[in-house]
Amino acid sequence: MAFEQDFARHRRRARRVFAAVSVVLAVLFLLTAEASNFFKITQVTLADGSRAERWVIGAGLPRLGEYIAKTIPDLGWATLGGDIATWFARWQIWAVLLLETILIAFMATVLGVIGGFILSFPASRNLAPNRWILWLSRRYLEIARTVPELVFALIFVFCFGIGPMAGVLAIGLHTAGALGKLYSEANENIDMRPLDGVKAAGGSWSDMIRYGAVPQVLPNVLSYTLLRFEINVRASSIIGYVGAGGLGQEFRTAMSYQEYTDLSALFVIILVTVTVIDRLSEMLRHRVIGLEARA
Amino acid sequence: MDRPVLSLSGLGRTFGTTRAVDAVTLDIRPGEFVGVIGRSGAGKSTLLRLINRLIDPTAGRITFGDTDVTALRGRELRHWRRDCAMIFQQFNLVERLDVLTNVLVGRLADHGFLASMAMRFTDAERTMAIRALDRLELAPQALQRAGTLSGGQQQRVAIARALVQSPRIMLADEPIASLDPGNATRVMEALRSINRDDGITVLVNLHTLDTARTYCSRIIAMRDGRAFFDGTPRQLTNDVVRDIYGTDGLTGFDEAVTSTRARPPRLRETA
Ligand SMILES: Nc1ncnc2c1ncn2[C@@H]1O[C@H](COP(=O)(O)OP(=O)(O)O)[C@@H](O)[C@H]1O
Ligand SMILES: [Mg+2]
Repeated sequence: MAFEQDFARHRRRARRVFAAVSVVLAVLFLLTAEASNFFKITQVTLADGSRAERWVIGAGLPRLGEYIAKTIPDLGWATLGGDIATWFARWQIWAVLLLETILIAFMATVLGVIGGFILSFPASRNLAPNRWILWLSRRYLEIARTVPELVFALIFVFCFGIGPMAGVLAIGLHTAGALGKLYSEANENIDMRPLDGVKAAGGSWSDMIRYGAVPQVLPNVLSYTLLRFEINVRASSIIGYVGAGGLGQEFRTAMSYQEYTDLSALFVIILVTVTVIDRLSEMLRHRVIGLEARA
Repeated sequence: MDRPVLSLSGLGRTFGTTRAVDAVTLDIRPGEFVGVIGRSGAGKSTLLRLINRLIDPTAGRITFGDTDVTALRGRELRHWRRDCAMIFQQFNLVERLDVLTNVLVGRLADHGFLASMAMRFTDAERTMAIRALDRLELAPQALQRAGTLSGGQQQRVAIARALVQSPRIMLADEPIASLDPGNATRVMEALRSINRDDGITVLVNLHTLDTARTYCSRIIAMRDGRAFFDGTPRQLTNDVVRDIYGTDGLTGFDEAVTSTRARPPRLRETA
């Protein structure tokens, strides 16, 4: 009997919690929907030329189809080679910009890894030499990863002028913030005994990090770094939109000249590049993990 | 070389309301082999960590000859830690680094920032490390990862690391508590050889009474942070032991765990 009463009470409570959470979520949904014009009614022109009132999503969806349709090039079986040549007519420019995109991602990853790695140690609760340094390095990493690359890029384009330099700095800074956080979480899970050993032998703080901590976190660091490189290739392919170098500037050109098929060509290039890098780095990661497991 | 005395006077350390070490006053003369016994939580580890300055005392002073150890800072503090090497129950090696590098960690106190970050050591240092490993019969394992060695081997690597520090005092915190009897004997014999042949003062925490009786010239018993007994093994009568470990004391530890009857392997002298 006691059990059944207990069970019933339990059920009632679970149901009450469920209802409360549902109401909160529904209110949140309505608020955000209102703020984002989700329920807006707009005027649209129908096929016969008359005007009508329509829900904004219903009215807009067909235009998405229209837009995609516009970007699809005319490809015929008989003239496939020629059609593709027309589609990728600007390939020479794109090849150079693609290389620039990958180099930006690479440089930014290198800078970000160095910055994030060095800062991850003072930003780890168990390793920071004191509370002030912990606080400072954590806040710095937080700012670096909270501000989107595009915002940094805008600022750096203003400071250093249009070009890949601004992109490298922008993505590098954001990467340092994001990786620094990941690295420091890995740091906080290490075994502290080896560090005690180094300290007891007369090692300095940096010796404790170099000999006690780094060997323990290195596999994690490598794996996060490769993952980050993929993310940075995506970031660097769009950052040119604000003038910070790479393929992104071609998106802007294509849109302003209404070269819709160029957009799909660029999309294909980025898709292929990211996929290839994704696969390569996955292979590398597995190799690294494999090496770890065997050694 | 002058051979200073290590003096603790009124040494204390509290953690919150716990008095881990409470007003300990004693002198350790050069060349002694001192065993510290007492039940778990008595403050043995804290005492050793205070001496090595891994933790700071909340009361009292440590002096070594004319040096006020408790006042040391920065580079001088690191040199003090080098001079009183420490061996841990869990070895505290860097398992992912090879044995040789683990031993060379003992040389870091004298290294500059860049050489140390690049893991660069001189040939003389490497020779010294190999010699220390050879003395502990581990030279063939020099390039193996430390984590792949057995517990007994790891503890001997830790002793080699301590040796290349060229210490004056060697502190060992229950160095044989996680080893089997054979390995425990080897480690204790290594400490004895370091004490007798190299003249290094040894201060070792032990959890077994018979080991303390076998190896130590002097035994200090701790209880609730205080040095409760200080004398020769002979003076450590059953009555005293009962006081140290409480009424259930004599069943609390197993005299056979580190039986000294196993034949000790001979240690080679350093050239
Ligand atoms: N870092 C610490 N923080 C809090 N309490 C500690 C710490 N180190 C030791 N203590 C306490 O101090 C007392 C003595 O511990 P310890 O020196 O490790 O004893 P032993 O080595 O003799 O077993 C114990 O009560 C322990 O809980
Ligand atoms: Mg202890």
